[in-house]
Amino acid sequence: MTEQHKPTFDIGSSGSEYKEKYGFFDPEKYVFKAKKGLNREIVEEISWMKNEPDWMRQYRLRALETFYQKPMPQWGGNINDIDFDDIYYFLRATDKSERSWEDVPDDIKKTFDRLGIPEAERKFLSGVGAQYESEVVYHNIKESLSKQGVIFLGMDQALAEHPDLVKKYFGTVIPSADNKFAALNSAVWSGGSFIYVPKGVHVEMPLQAYFRINAQNMGQFERTLIIADEGSYVHYVEGCTAPIYSSDSLHSAVVEIVIHKGARVRYTTIQNWSSNVYNLVTKRAVAYEDATMEWVDCNLGSKLTMKYPAVYMMGKGAHGEILSVAFAGKGQHQDAGGKVVHGAPNTSSIITSKSISKDGGRTSYRGLLKVYPGAVGSKSNVRCDALLLDETSRSDTYPYIEVDEDDVTIGHEASVSKIGEEQLFYLMSRGLSEAEAATMIVSGFIEPIVKELPMEFAVEMNRLIQLQMEGSVG
Amino acid sequence: MTPHLEIKNLHVQVEGKAILKGIDLTIQPGEIHAIMGPNGSGKSTLANTLAGHPKYVITQGDVLYQGESVLDWGPDERAQKGIFLAFQYPMAIPGVTVANFLRTALNAKRRATGANGNSKSISIPEFRKLMIKQMELLKLDPTFATRYLNDGFSGGEKKRVEILQMAVLNPQLAVLDETDSGLDIDALRIVSEGVNAVMNPQLGILLITHYQRILNYIKPQFIHVLVSGKLAMSGGPELALQLEEKGYDWIIAAAAK
Repeated sequence: MTEQHKPTFDIGSSGSEYKEKYGFFDPEKYVFKAKKGLNREIVEEISWMKNEPDWMRQYRLRALETFYQKPMPQWGGNINDIDFDDIYYFLRATDKSERSWEDVPDDIKKTFDRLGIPEAERKFLSGVGAQYESEVVYHNIKESLSKQGVIFLGMDQALAEHPDLVKKYFGTVIPSADNKFAALNSAVWSGGSFIYVPKGVHVEMPLQAYFRINAQNMGQFERTLIIADEGSYVHYVEGCTAPIYSSDSLHSAVVEIVIHKGARVRYTTIQNWSSNVYNLVTKRAVAYEDATMEWVDCNLGSKLTMKYPAVYMMGKGAHGEILSVAFAGKGQHQDAGGKVVHGAPNTSSIITSKSISKDGGRTSYRGLLKVYPGAVGSKSNVRCDALLLDETSRSDTYPYIEVDEDDVTIGHEASVSKIGEEQLFYLMSRGLSEAEAATMIVSGFIEPIVKELPMEFAVEMNRLIQLQMEGSVG
Repeated sequence: MTPHLEIKNLHVQVEGKAILKGIDLTIQPGEIHAIMGPNGSGKSTLANTLAGHPKYVITQGDVLYQGESVLDWGPDERAQKGIFLAFQYPMAIPGVTVANFLRTALNAKRRATGANGNSKSISIPEFRKLMIKQMELLKLDPTFATRYLNDGFSGGEKKRVEILQMAVLNPQLAVLDETDSGLDIDALRIVSEGVNAVMNPQLGILLITHYQRILNYIKPQFIHVLVSGKLAMSGGPELALQLEEKGYDWIIAAAAK
């Protein structure tokens, strides 16, 4: 098994450890490797390789047409340098998903060992879906979950084993025509998780999947669908790390969540892509009557992230919450935020965004608050705070508010602050080095969100912040 | 014997303006010195200079701590070697709990100096014990351990937490910058009792104050009066009572001559 991955806050960690833990990559070894580039034949081939039902093949092909028709978005960050013909759209590292750890091939196991997955599982996970390349290779559900009727599978496997359930919900929250990258994902998606939680079932432990890009120029287009039936609860956690490569990579996922009456879903992301990755993700949840959706979204790394988790509150009393952290270092642009749409009476939402810019990095908060006519008694509070660590860094706020109902309560607060000389001096006068003092101020700044993370992720998040502050990344 | 703290002909500028114009002062372990003076005389400048604030530029003179010049030491190194400044206006650090902050600071000091014959990090239970003991002394509710440092604290709470930090970090030289300002009579007594409890034969204290009233609780052996960047007068405890009675004007007038 792995070396003990100790959750410590020791300050003296070095950049070499980061490379050891996150920057390594194993020699590529693939059973099947598609050609670079995007066309009808590739999409047909993906569908054929996966032995998919015809409706999915048709769905992919229609989405591809939509992708071609839609212009490149010219807002947010600069994505014009993405060369869609220079990307692999499908790879799989082993022939099929595995259920037990022993069956996972050794080189893949080695990668996971270094990420500490079995360790994590021993601690508190009830199921692991680990995505290596485009396929789920390791999938393990604890028996108690299966007995409760909870389905936790790779998306490809779910399509094969539960085609009706997948067909009923797939693309209903985020239609393929929603945006250019949702269309791209709909055409070439591979991997991702499928979760179904039956009525009244509470999944006590977080369900978790690790994602990892490990082939140069390989896009990762995972597709996740979560359905929480009436009165149920599930917490899904995704952690992303990526090895460092020299040429640009594209990650474009779609995550759809359906939350039925009185159910609650929390979706936690810690994402730490290497600094050459375009991370363009569409995440959206529909919350029906008295349902609750919570997004906890931590964005580090990547060249450009454009991600705005959304909650559509379509039943009365629904509640949406979005907690977003973004850290932009040198050469990075984090365009992140959230969308809340009030489509029913007495719905409520909270958006809390914290962004940090360092070494010329750029963060933008981009948010939408929309209240439809008839959504009486709705309440929303948006708060975005930006912290600039130096003069060369930048932060912008783009809060869009569209309210078509009078009987609502809306609050919006924004702040931009710099790490002050006086704060640094105060901490240093107690014996902390300047780097330790700055790290402590940054950790404190995002603490209201970090404390919402599962313990191991909170530790990991603080560690990643520490590494970013030491400037050992990128 | 090497003096504990020796300030020699200290001249300090802030943003190009001369504030301190030649201070000489020596403090031995176990001594409490009070620096009194009117507003704008340079009291806080002296405090910040001793702690190593980058804004305060020493243009002449020297500061020796246990025989070594501190001028090349950053604020962190000074703290690690046992110099402590209780701030007049402590900064709020939102999101950082008092306990986490104090443990990090204590560990930084232990790592740097091997204080208490132990350069390893303090264990969490051991730290808790230490912190809770000191909190009781300062009549701080245990919930302060998990509150964010100075975030939303009242003036009195901030000053008590400053002394808590002093008690936990156990310095050898403490500069208390107007620790009495903004305190009501009960808070003043609690804070003063905290300082007295921390006082020990190895510790030298430089107590900076505008008013005499804190000297009812903390008893300095030496009183110095700072006027326009210079020590205009030094004496024993009786000098404080004279100042209380007559104010600063007569010293200012004498200094002007």
